[in-house]
Amino acid sequence: MANTVDSNEIINDFATKEYEHGFVTDIEMDIAPPGLSEDTIRFISAKKEEPEWLLEWRLKGYRAFLKQDLPEWQNFKLPPIDFQGISYYAAPKNKKKYNSLDEVDPELLATFEKLGIPLNEQKVLAGVAVDAVFDSISVATTYKEKLKELGIIFCSFGEAVQEYPELVKKYLGTVVPHSDNIFAALNTAAFSDGSFVYIPKGVRCPMELSTYFRINTQGTGQFERTLIIADEGSYVSYLEGCTAPMRDENQLHAAVVELIALDNAEIKYSTVQNWYPGDKEGKGGVYNFVTKRGACRGANSKISWTQVETGSSITWKYPSVILQGDNSVGEFYSVAVTRNKQIADTGTKMYHLGRNTKSRIISKGISAGHSNNSYRGLVHVGAKADNARNFTQCDSLLIGSECGAHTFPYIETKNNTAMVEHEATTSKIGEDQIFYLNQRGIDSEKAVALIVNGYAKEVLNQLPMEFAVEAQKLLSITLEGSVG
Amino acid sequence: MLSIKNLHADVEDKKILKGIDLEVKAGEVHAIMGPNGSGKSTLSSVLAGRENYVVTEGEVQFEGKDLLDMAPEVRAREGLFLAFQYPVEIPGVSNINFLRTALNEIREYRGLPALEAKEFLKLTKEKQKLVEFDAKLINRSLNEGFSGGEKKRNEILQLAMLEPKLSILDETDSGLDIDALRIVSNGVNKLRSENNAFVIITHYQRLLEYIVPDYVHVLYDGRIVKSGTKELALELEERGYDWLKETYPVTENAR
Repeated sequence: MANTVDSNEIINDFATKEYEHGFVTDIEMDIAPPGLSEDTIRFISAKKEEPEWLLEWRLKGYRAFLKQDLPEWQNFKLPPIDFQGISYYAAPKNKKKYNSLDEVDPELLATFEKLGIPLNEQKVLAGVAVDAVFDSISVATTYKEKLKELGIIFCSFGEAVQEYPELVKKYLGTVVPHSDNIFAALNTAAFSDGSFVYIPKGVRCPMELSTYFRINTQGTGQFERTLIIADEGSYVSYLEGCTAPMRDENQLHAAVVELIALDNAEIKYSTVQNWYPGDKEGKGGVYNFVTKRGACRGANSKISWTQVETGSSITWKYPSVILQGDNSVGEFYSVAVTRNKQIADTGTKMYHLGRNTKSRIISKGISAGHSNNSYRGLVHVGAKADNARNFTQCDSLLIGSECGAHTFPYIETKNNTAMVEHEATTSKIGEDQIFYLNQRGIDSEKAVALIVNGYAKEVLNQLPMEFAVEAQKLLSITLEGSVG
Repeated sequence: MLSIKNLHADVEDKKILKGIDLEVKAGEVHAIMGPNGSGKSTLSSVLAGRENYVVTEGEVQFEGKDLLDMAPEVRAREGLFLAFQYPVEIPGVSNINFLRTALNEIREYRGLPALEAKEFLKLTKEKQKLVEFDAKLINRSLNEGFSGGEKKRNEILQLAMLEPKLSILDETDSGLDIDALRIVSNGVNKLRSENNAFVIITHYQRLLEYIVPDYVHVLYDGRIVKSGTKELALELEERGYDWLKETYPVTENAR
């Protein structure tokens, strides 16, 4: 790791400063009483020293939230959610801290070990107090300087509101309106923090941007808000999360991600989601209800979503693309793995509005145990979308005989030049396949990993190299013990 | 190398093997012939350790170790190879990646380091030529969309790569045309050595014209009823299997 003298100083500075204050007793720490009201929202907004327009927008979101009921169209039973039982402001998040790794769940540590996560990072992920994560900080510092030279803005959402209010105001809520759905409305009202990215005209971001390398993101998980703008002719690849299982005390995650691609711009957004899935009965797991949507606003623009979903007790999300610009392209590549009593209901919506727009959907569901895995997708072709093209492929792989796989594809076309293709398959990992691999010296765990990775290859190939390797390991670990 | 003593086995509560005795030494090729339903494929499945095949009596020693006590993958790592009658397809897993995983698992078990990519590719190329395996198929998904003949040839390629001590060929000749049969047999003949052994399970004598066995056994009603040399295969070809019914009446199958 190349460190300048300056960044070393910063690290030392940071390390000692953190040490002085400790992690639990931050002077700035405030926790709002549980429950959501206009007063809480005003309190949050004031704490963050937000401008008046943003407070108004939050309040609009709150009123929209009050008017909406929980959805009932899903094919699983949604447990009741006590919105008034959640604390909507805690800075930093009151995540349980440990004094040493010895206090952490050994199963979690075993997983870290298998993933090859360095010790310092293990501590951060598990929530153990550390002085500083030297590698990540130095990386982050060097990254930031390099990005600055190119005019790329990559900072926390709160920072963006203070430093670049015009950009935030211009684009915020233009892809996911404040009243879009009940969880998006809740996020609008109570979002904690998140990420902001702006790539200037003609700039190709030279590195994968990842929240993992940003120092100021800890404890912003629950109602995160991400806004990414790729100006004309620019390109960015963004990685969300990391492949290690994140410990989190929050039950409900209702994040919103908005992507905006202007003329000839391209955004590639990759997610590896591995939140706590709960115990064997699914108790205590995270509900991951996320609204992700991108707008290909400019001509020849492209937005590509890639996701590997292995965690959470319920995953409910549909990363979508609005293909407004002529010749724009939307892509969705997904692998969703469920086991035990996990539920994943995920897919995408592709709205073809401009001419010659293209979309491609590849969804791979893998279900084991008593889990349920659904693909739910919409391909919409508007009246003006001449020559729209879509190709959809949804495959389901079953492990064992107690799990379920479901496919809900919706197609709406208002233009008869559209070509929409849909292919679907369901297969089962056969005992014959496992025995065949056994007979070549490969044990059953490795056999399943090999079969599953082969099955998901088309999607994993879309991930940036390093991420793909970790995702492969993660798939193998997730399915350990699912067979036999 | 392989010593089977009084082996009895059931499938779904049905007695299939009813007391098999067989000795196979290094350097030998044994052919096991018999009519459909005599227990030929059951024998290969029991030896490889397939689930649902229950051994009720008898013992099997492989290189002095209790074979029946080992998990299927351990038997493979110890050097037992089964060329399947119906090789499975595994979409998305490339042939080459599969071969490398298998080879390295076996090497690890034997205390050898994993082969580096370069060495591995060299070895693959070598073996590919030896068994006349189409190079185009090596990067394709394992057996996916392969013809019957290509699948069988892939089994022989794996055999060549993994260099087992004992190879069991389960009706490898079924569904092969004459050219494929010749290629498969040539491959096996090239791989024969003083140190390894083959058990060839077949219905027809045809394969044995290409792979000449040292011993031929007739399996009938779950027992080896007759053993001899390669001439026995010719006799079977001439007489068929019907005479067995009269000579060896079928015993009770239900348990």
